[in-house]
Amino acid sequence: MTLVSRNRSTAGDPAADVEPADPEEASASTASPATRVLGALSLGAVVLWLLYGLWWSPPDVEQSDAVRLFYVHVPSAILAYAGCFLTTVASALWLRRRTPGWDALASASAELGLVFVTITLVTGSLWGRVTWGTYWTWDARLTSTALLAVMLVGYLALRRVEVTPAGSVRAAVVGLLLIPNVIIVNRSVEWWRSLHQRATITKLDPSIGGEMLVAFFVGMVAGALVFAWLLIHRFRLAWLEQQVERHDLDAAVAARRAEAGAAGATSAVEAQA
Amino acid sequence: MWRDAALVAQRDLRIELRSRVATNQVAPFAVLVLVLFAFALDPDRGVLDRATPGLYWIAVLLAALLAVTRSTSLDEAGGTRDALRLSALEPAGIFLGKVVAVAGQLLALELLLALGVAVLYDAELSGFGLLATTCAAATVAVAASGVLYGALVAGLRARDTLLPLLLLPVLAPVLIAATRAFEAALGTSATDGWAWCGLIAGFAVVYLVVGSSAYGALLEDS
Repeated sequence: MTLVSRNRSTAGDPAADVEPADPEEASASTASPATRVLGALSLGAVVLWLLYGLWWSPPDVEQSDAVRLFYVHVPSAILAYAGCFLTTVASALWLRRRTPGWDALASASAELGLVFVTITLVTGSLWGRVTWGTYWTWDARLTSTALLAVMLVGYLALRRVEVTPAGSVRAAVVGLLLIPNVIIVNRSVEWWRSLHQRATITKLDPSIGGEMLVAFFVGMVAGALVFAWLLIHRFRLAWLEQQVERHDLDAAVAARRAEAGAAGATSAVEAQA
Repeated sequence: MWRDAALVAQRDLRIELRSRVATNQVAPFAVLVLVLFAFALDPDRGVLDRATPGLYWIAVLLAALLAVTRSTSLDEAGGTRDALRLSALEPAGIFLGKVVAVAGQLLALELLLALGVAVLYDAELSGFGLLATTCAAATVAVAASGVLYGALVAGLRARDTLLPLLLLPVLAPVLIAATRAFEAALGTSATDGWAWCGLIAGFAVVYLVVGSSAYGALLEDS
């Protein structure tokens, strides 16, 4: 993923025109030909997803049209957990290797994880309103997903506070604990709820088939494409942020050196005089 | 490592003894929380009796937040953090020492709160073996995770607001498990209290291990 001197290829990009075209600096755009193709594919898949989810698949026998929410809900839930998993792995690798890319990946995937967790919670509670008659119930899976959302908010809040390598270490430790925490919370909540109510009601109808299964898989593929597309852009943005900081630091150091050098030269001249 | 832990624990506890922040501010705050719960849930309607274990642990967690903030801020004044970094103390030892100090304060606080619920809520305490084991395990769990997350937000501008946001969701399993174990001990619920105790102990071990290994990186880089 090279970012340097991509200015020529982004000539048509309005964002690139605003920025000064300095070949020494990294491009202001996070796009590349590959991500443009990926973006077009995601867009196409989302259109297909909408067509399948809203028109081409039949309503469910029991849930009627509410079942359509599942085509968004389940893929986004899976992707949300994938994002968290990616954050934990990237945090661990960053703590171990200290390669800045892992840090950028951890932050990018946590942000996407939060986006998809929010979609999961919203679609889930809308579905619950239609099917169970309530927006919220203290089901094990709902509760642990809500806690996961809060943990991601905390992680991102920590990242916002301090954008330095030291801040990245703190964030990486929280990121590393993300999946273990989710597992502990999930176990305990499941255990807690199983004492009160027998059945979990979030199971997808196993007799799902035909057009509905296709709609679900189209949703899964479209969601994954959108996730990958946004992840790459967000990763490159984080990478550019790191570059800018390093560049600013280098410039500041060089300015101080020049100042000190100039002061040293004048004092030497004065001493000679 | 153990010697370093003992040194740090001694230092923290000595500061607490001399400054009396724990006795003059944290403990009264915890009792105040109990009184506020009584205002919110009318004691005559029977809600308070049934909710006692949960309210007790919420009071402990809120007071623990204060204790952890206090324990973290001890290292921020007067360049203590740099001194700790330069001292030859092992990071794991520093972590464990701070955990011991916070745990000691929390245990005293829990005793006080137990007295509080017995007097204010008229709770009949029973099953002392289970109560004591739950308290011990939960204290270590809260202290270990608290000291780790305290170190994570140490020195940040927004640390006072960030700490609850990061720590409380993580402590949710401890709250659930400790409440269930207390209900089992008091006989208000037929759950297996010892199994819940095991869950808290597992949580405590995870955080002791992660904290001891990550504390060095946090001390070095911030």
